[in-house]
Amino acid sequence: MGLRIIVCAKQVPDTNEIKINPKTGTLIREGVPSILNHDDANALEEALRIKDRYPDTHITVVTMGPPQAKDMLIECLAKGADEAVLASDRALGGSDTWATSNAIAAAIQKLGEYDIIFAGRQAIDGDTAQVGPQIAEKLGLPQVTYVQDFQLEEDLKTITVKRALEDGYEVIRLKTPCMLTTIKELNKPRYMHIAGIYQACAADIPTWNAADLNVDPDKEVGLDASPTNVFRSFTPLPKGKGQMIEGDCEKDIGQQLIIRLKSKHII
Amino acid sequence: MDFQLTKEQLFVRKMVREFAANEVEPIAADIDKEHRFPVETVEKMGQYGLMGIPFPAKYGGTGGDNVAYAIAVEELSRVCGTTGVICSAHTSLCGWPIYAWGTDEQKEKYLPDLLSGRKLGAFGLTEPNAGSDAAGQQTRAQDIGDSWCINGAKVFITNGGYADVFVIMAMTDKSKGTRGGISAFIVEKEDEGFCIGKTEDKMGICASSTTELIFQNCRIPKDRILGKVGEGFKVAMSTLDGGRIGIASQALGIAQGAFDVTVEYMKARKQFGKKLSQMQALQFEMADMQTRIEAARLLIYQAANMKDNNLKYGPKSAMAKLFAAETAMYVTTKCVQLHGGYGYTKDYPVERMMRDAKITEIYEGTSEVQKLVIAADIFAK
Repeated sequence: MGLRIIVCAKQVPDTNEIKINPKTGTLIREGVPSILNHDDANALEEALRIKDRYPDTHITVVTMGPPQAKDMLIECLAKGADEAVLASDRALGGSDTWATSNAIAAAIQKLGEYDIIFAGRQAIDGDTAQVGPQIAEKLGLPQVTYVQDFQLEEDLKTITVKRALEDGYEVIRLKTPCMLTTIKELNKPRYMHIAGIYQACAADIPTWNAADLNVDPDKEVGLDASPTNVFRSFTPLPKGKGQMIEGDCEKDIGQQLIIRLKSKHII
Repeated sequence: MDFQLTKEQLFVRKMVREFAANEVEPIAADIDKEHRFPVETVEKMGQYGLMGIPFPAKYGGTGGDNVAYAIAVEELSRVCGTTGVICSAHTSLCGWPIYAWGTDEQKEKYLPDLLSGRKLGAFGLTEPNAGSDAAGQQTRAQDIGDSWCINGAKVFITNGGYADVFVIMAMTDKSKGTRGGISAFIVEKEDEGFCIGKTEDKMGICASSTTELIFQNCRIPKDRILGKVGEGFKVAMSTLDGGRIGIASQALGIAQGAFDVTVEYMKARKQFGKKLSQMQALQFEMADMQTRIEAARLLIYQAANMKDNNLKYGPKSAMAKLFAAETAMYVTTKCVQLHGGYGYTKDYPVERMMRDAKITEIYEGTSEVQKLVIAADIFAK
């Protein structure tokens, strides 16, 4: 029996193509293509690599979003995931990270047994990095965030990961079941397979609403149940270009840097 | 009537576009300069199903359709005409005739390796003295009891130097002429008496391997005949009908690629205090080009769609190839002009694209041959 893996993914607007309305400070979503969130692609890739090694591994991708998020799930299936589930309901709209993790944790519980849950570190639209850890808390699972290297031992139960830190990494060993959030350094995501596209487009992707998830629309999910609200959003002014210091050697460059910092009374 | 791409076709476009941007475009200029066949790209294309799109899963294909295949060749060619034709020649000229004309044994033996890209395919019809006039075949295949013995030579064979499996035309009965006298055979790279001759040094698609094939008492088993004895011309002509969809798509991709980089160039380049994109005379050139590109795309998708629906598509694919090839030459020439002196240098991709475009008017039937095909259909009615 291979592993049962759940991958949490999100459909996000492609930030390469994003424009901001200068008056309202909000994203202009019209005409912006939607993509599979980058870190989530790394999460799926790591699951697929396990499946490459242990072909009877079963991968389920779960997401919450509007009906068109099914396109992102088709992409995940076309890359090699076995199954996909969409949590979608007007009652889920406007959920903050707490409410979102309630819905996804409920979906995962409904899916049944699992060994590893992979989630991307954070989504490029919200950038909170909270949903993965919150899901782990709600499911009572050990979690490691910022995973940059993943090793699974032959017992299929023991995992050794490298967790990225600002100036290095820590090596952590843990047992399944667990939640791991992934970063781009972990792997290079594969493309969809053409045959996978044809199979995925024909696949049945179930949509679960709030009732299917057995969550309370008033207290657990949606805008009203969310403890955080967006108070104001704004576009930060772009910073000016930095100054490059050139010199013959490190000592020379260092000296020039000190002179400039002193002249500005920074040191 | 439905002019919308299917969901599957849209996903194929997305996938191939990403693949082309990450795997093909970064090396396109280098492989052209070095005249280096991109084996690593072919291997990756195989991994992702790009070498077997319009074939059923039963034989290792993707279960895809011909419109998706056209889209894939178009997207590859948008950044590299060489990579586009490697896929096209392999799929249309080797995979397809074996799929359409092969026995069950032949299909089971060759298709899984070909369609997964583990093996590369090529097609040999053209000879030094039999180009557009394919009937002048001098390569002979003789029945010598337990096997066939082939003697002769083929030229300008796309993928020649790297292919493992070749679909070859040879005269089996000269007295019967074209129809009935030519037969098709499957030749393997390792066959005794078969070797690769000269590799051509070309104007464009420089990374593509275009070679001579030489047969000197090449003995192949009896079961390697493709179709029946004497059916070779039918095999060849039906193969080329489909091949034209691939080459038309390559031409379309080259045109689109040159057009796209020119749009970006015009938005950045300033002369006389204005961006090129703000000059109406040049805007009109671009409007004209885009119109031709879109018209070519419609003809190609229609021909591919007719093939998917088992309709007679030969004249349509000839029209698509004729129009797309002429569009590619027209657009790339204009794009070099719009880039001015920069366009003539190898620092900008339009120079390569213009050289690559020219071949689309020549191979798999010149533009003149396409007109013969179209005209024959007009007056056959």
